[in-house]
Amino acid sequence: MYGWLWHRLPGPAGVRALILTVAALAVLAACFLWVFPAVAPFMPFNETTVGE
Amino acid sequence: MSSGTTTEPAPLSRRDRRRAGRSHARDVVYGVVGVIGELLITLGVLLFAFLLWQLWWTDVVGNRAQAEIVAELPFEPVPTATPSAGVPAGPVIAPPRRDEPPVMAEPVHGTTFATMQVPRWVGEPERPISQGTDRATVLDVLGAGHYEGTAMPGDLGNFAVAGHRTTYAKPFNRVEELQVGDPLVIRTTDNIWYVYRVTSTQVVDPSEIGVIAPVPNEPGALPTERFITLTTCHPMFSARERFIVHGVLDYWAPTSDGIPAELAGGA
Repeated sequence: MYGWLWHRLPGPAGVRALILTVAALAVLAACFLWVFPAVAPFMPFNETTVGE
Repeated sequence: MSSGTTTEPAPLSRRDRRRAGRSHARDVVYGVVGVIGELLITLGVLLFAFLLWQLWWTDVVGNRAQAEIVAELPFEPVPTATPSAGVPAGPVIAPPRRDEPPVMAEPVHGTTFATMQVPRWVGEPERPISQGTDRATVLDVLGAGHYEGTAMPGDLGNFAVAGHRTTYAKPFNRVEELQVGDPLVIRTTDNIWYVYRVTSTQVVDPSEIGVIAPVPNEPGALPTERFITLTTCHPMFSARERFIVHGVLDYWAPTSDGIPAELAGGA
């Protein structure tokens, strides 16, 4: 998967590594901003109220 | 299987073809296993990122947001003593009042109407209290939340407040440090101090709604006292039980009289 991605990317190794780093950071940012906040309510902890 | 002689390259023998087929199948299997492995590693990294987000980032964002909420509350300035002969500059201590306290009306859902300070929790900032106890609109974003329908600060009955013990700035992280007699200082946007004192703590099942009854643990009883109840999760990082803190009103004072002695340190 990642090997295939590596071969499809243009440029020398340095440029490819840079592209992958930026892509990984973008995925992480998307997770922090949208994915994790959407998933968190379904996690089985953090309930603080009584009677629900 | 070739018949006759040709100048073209000899076709693969059956054995060669079988061998080629086997190694192709092996490539496919290795390829699939490799992709599954990479997906699992990716999933592991994402789970670690989720932990980081939940255990650290929600605190960073929450603390920033809650500090801003408190800073923007329309509090009137509390008087300070002007330095004069023999009297150093500093806070004025409000005389405790134990007559009928003023009580504000319940605000609309999501409104921040009070703050809480707990001298026992040295280093903890002043925390906002907002109306409502659902996570999406109050507990995860505004901090501690007031159970709708329970008493307001100073009122007869039970002023019940829920808050996170872990994550989302964890306003009630240190509930277990509280001891009987510890002050819980509430300040409302009507500019009144309400100083409650801890009377007991308990651990209950999440279904025990009686802890926020007007008389704690006596559902249906008519209140003659002014209680406060804090609820949070227990044990930490679990939703199995709830940690409950009960308290009762000691005194109140308008903020224009000064600050409670409990906040001046040493009390």
